[in-house]
Amino acid sequence: MEIIVCVKRVPNLSETEIEVDRDGRSLVDSDLEYDVNEWDNFAIEAAVQLKEARGARVTAITIGDEDSEDVLRRALAMGADEALHLMDTAFDGSDAWGIATALHRAIADRSFDLVLTGAISSDEARGHVGGMLAAMLDIPMVALVTSLSVDGTTATVRHEVEGGLERVTRIDLPALITVQTGLNEPRYVSIRGIRKVSGMEIPVRTAADLRLDASTVGAEAARVKVEEIFLPTRGEGAEMLDGDEESVVEALVERLQRAGGF
Amino acid sequence: MNPADHSYLGLPGPALQAVLLAMSLGLFSFIMWKRIGLLRLGAPDPRLDRIGTRLRKLLVVGFGQSRQPRYLVAGTLHITIFAGFLILSVRSVTLIGEGFRAGFSDIGAGYATFKDVTALIVLVCCLVAILRRLAFRPARYHDRYARDSHGHEAYIILGLIALLMVADAVFEGSAMVAGAGEAQGDAHPFLPLASGAASLLDGLSSGTLETLHLAGFWVHNGVLLFFLCYLPLSKHFHVITALPNVFLANLTPAGKVKPPRFDQPDLDKLDVLGVKTLEDFTWKHILDFYSCTDCGRCSDHCPAYFTGTPLSPRMISIKCRDEAYASYPVFGSVRPVDQRQALVGKTISDEELWACTTCGACEEACPVLIEYVDKIVDMRRFLVDEGRVPASLQKPMADLEKRGNPYGKPARRRGDWIGEQSKSGEEVTGDGCGVRALAPGDEAEYLFFTDSCAAYDPRIQETARAFGRVLRGAGANVGTMANDEVDSGHEVRRLGEEGLYEQLRDTNITAMRQRSFDCVVTTDPHAFNELTQSYELGQPVQHHSQVMAQLIREGRLRLRTAADDRVYTFHDPCYLGRHNDEYDAPREVLEGLGLKVVEMERSKNRSFCCGGGSLYLFYEGESERRMGEVRVEMAEKVGAEVVVTACPFCLINLEDAIKTTGREGSMEVIDLAELAERSLIE
Repeated sequence: MEIIVCVKRVPNLSETEIEVDRDGRSLVDSDLEYDVNEWDNFAIEAAVQLKEARGARVTAITIGDEDSEDVLRRALAMGADEALHLMDTAFDGSDAWGIATALHRAIADRSFDLVLTGAISSDEARGHVGGMLAAMLDIPMVALVTSLSVDGTTATVRHEVEGGLERVTRIDLPALITVQTGLNEPRYVSIRGIRKVSGMEIPVRTAADLRLDASTVGAEAARVKVEEIFLPTRGEGAEMLDGDEESVVEALVERLQRAGGF
Repeated sequence: MNPADHSYLGLPGPALQAVLLAMSLGLFSFIMWKRIGLLRLGAPDPRLDRIGTRLRKLLVVGFGQSRQPRYLVAGTLHITIFAGFLILSVRSVTLIGEGFRAGFSDIGAGYATFKDVTALIVLVCCLVAILRRLAFRPARYHDRYARDSHGHEAYIILGLIALLMVADAVFEGSAMVAGAGEAQGDAHPFLPLASGAASLLDGLSSGTLETLHLAGFWVHNGVLLFFLCYLPLSKHFHVITALPNVFLANLTPAGKVKPPRFDQPDLDKLDVLGVKTLEDFTWKHILDFYSCTDCGRCSDHCPAYFTGTPLSPRMISIKCRDEAYASYPVFGSVRPVDQRQALVGKTISDEELWACTTCGACEEACPVLIEYVDKIVDMRRFLVDEGRVPASLQKPMADLEKRGNPYGKPARRRGDWIGEQSKSGEEVTGDGCGVRALAPGDEAEYLFFTDSCAAYDPRIQETARAFGRVLRGAGANVGTMANDEVDSGHEVRRLGEEGLYEQLRDTNITAMRQRSFDCVVTTDPHAFNELTQSYELGQPVQHHSQVMAQLIREGRLRLRTAADDRVYTFHDPCYLGRHNDEYDAPREVLEGLGLKVVEMERSKNRSFCCGGGSLYLFYEGESERRMGEVRVEMAEKVGAEVVVTACPFCLINLEDAIKTTGREGSMEVIDLAELAERSLIE
């Protein structure tokens, strides 16, 4: 069984003081720490667990600059057998369509049974790539999967549908699945684990290697463009409580009481 | 009527004795050979250095039984039985000789009295010990996680020892009665036990007396030889292994974690990191399993066991020994690893291992110096290498790797706690705390290693600044490495992530080498421990309590008597006290303030862990109670209104406990530096 996992390196914004760049369309990245996209981490774990349970060959693929090699090394340390790095300045500024196009060219010529992607990426939060890639590969897909088992030529998946419902679906392989967080408990990657795979060769493919027309990817080809990024502005009635912990809590309690919250 | 002069079913006494002795020694050697066979498969562990220190330890802890009196009743019983064992071993050997030649055991009236009194005392002790177990059922013998109790073995052994005493008494007593008729006037030495037996046997016919005499002898003989072979099969193997185990004990400071392998410093060259199977333990750690007496003192002192977590240190030894005996049976073949259940994960669960705060209370309580922290860290190393880290710890560990602190805060904010004025590196006056940020090339008298908690936690930043002001008050020149410092790695190392630890340590050492200083000082005992034990800096490392005590002694730091009539108590942080043996310095500072200080029942080396430091604040394990809450109750029990501590995590855990148990207003926790600052004479 061949499993392909698409992973992405994203900024970790949880404890960061976010600053919007002067162009208003990107973040100042001098202080940003990057990590593998959380959803993708669950996808790698799912692939490795399938490999451990029934045997499979797992390949991790990413698109990005040299720094993106990190997330591929991480995937290898978790148990992926090989990695593929799509790197070309031509990919810069791609929208989801451009990313899916490049991934499609990288995957289409390979044999595969299952393609896993994260349901969304934390930086763009659109959730487009999985669906577009499935369409380009012309294979069935299920989104937001919370449990996954593979039996011969079919996969049985549970996935979230509207209204908090979950549904169990059976699909024929090859198929694409976008993974929701909580599907499993991703393993920890130790420093030794990373060091063990540091010598593994990771092939790099450019747009030309993929016989990809550079005009179909990148900023120029992007049909979705970011107009502005901004921190939420203070809405009407919003109030920031300043001061030390105690006075803030007191003030909050007083306001809640006034509003009939207690 | 001498046993050696008698024939048994045609077999002369000496021949019978020879057969019995050969059989039992043969069997004993065979069993020991099997047991030692497993030790030889264990990982290397150098334990033959500093022979003088080892001999002293053997004398004090082994023969001197210095760890026993912590439990006064059981300890006294054990010391007495052990002393009796040593005294009576001479008797046992001479009685074996008696089987070959009549009169061999007669080595003088002095010893006869000595051994007879001893035998009487031992007999009484055995009976008391049996009664104590039966009637009072001390809780520590009944481990909540024990599946099959080894408790019956205690009765077997106590019964066998008592039987030895009784058999000898019958042997001697019957001879006294029989001899009284023959040799009138011969004054017997004082033999209370034998005379007691004699008075019971008085009036029996000479034939019966002879039978009893011979029976007493052969029962003693048989029980002794059975005892010998039974020891290495039971929990009473400690009778043989305890003294070697004490002699071979770990002599490095308790706070120093062992390297993953003694024979391979390069982690990347190891097939398995840490302990996966029984054979991955060091030979000495396997000897520890053999030596466990199942007394339960470790678990009785373990805060994790006390608060209902899945951990019971005693069960680590018991389960590993059961595994050792089952996989390496005396009779039958070795069970290969793939036919056993997983040692780490099944026999010892992941949750058991994560529940340990590495406080070291178990090791301090063990009478035979069994090590637990190193074993637990070794098993965690395997878990981490396999990626089996609890979700609650994964994020802080990843943050340590990327940002050098477990809180996920930006590395460039690490030095912010000092306050605005000192960022430029200039001497600070006014509201600053007197600590400079040292750039590479800068010099200071003290390098203040803050570690992550004091750098980022708002409450602990106050402690750090208070200490800065105390040092300023003493006219000391102090600096930090600010943003160039990363976490000491103390906790992450104890969680088994050795690779990450090495990375953090090397970053810190590089930054330290770029600056000049006389001494490193820290407010965090965990950092103090790691820097002292494993950084190999060259300069001395001191805990802030030690620095303050020293500055007071030198007259540089002057504190006025505190005007406070509340009752104070000092909570010993594990990594200052138990792991580094520093109990006096903080008390010295406290005494100088003229406060009313009481000691908790569990203080100094019996201190009860607050709940664990650093990453333990993130760990969400199962427990019935929180250690900090238990500790606060202990403080209240001795009437303390202020708990003084000298560790950021103790402060956090105990402050939380005061809030969660509704003691706000009636109890306060304060760091030693904050207390000193209040009384500072500038």
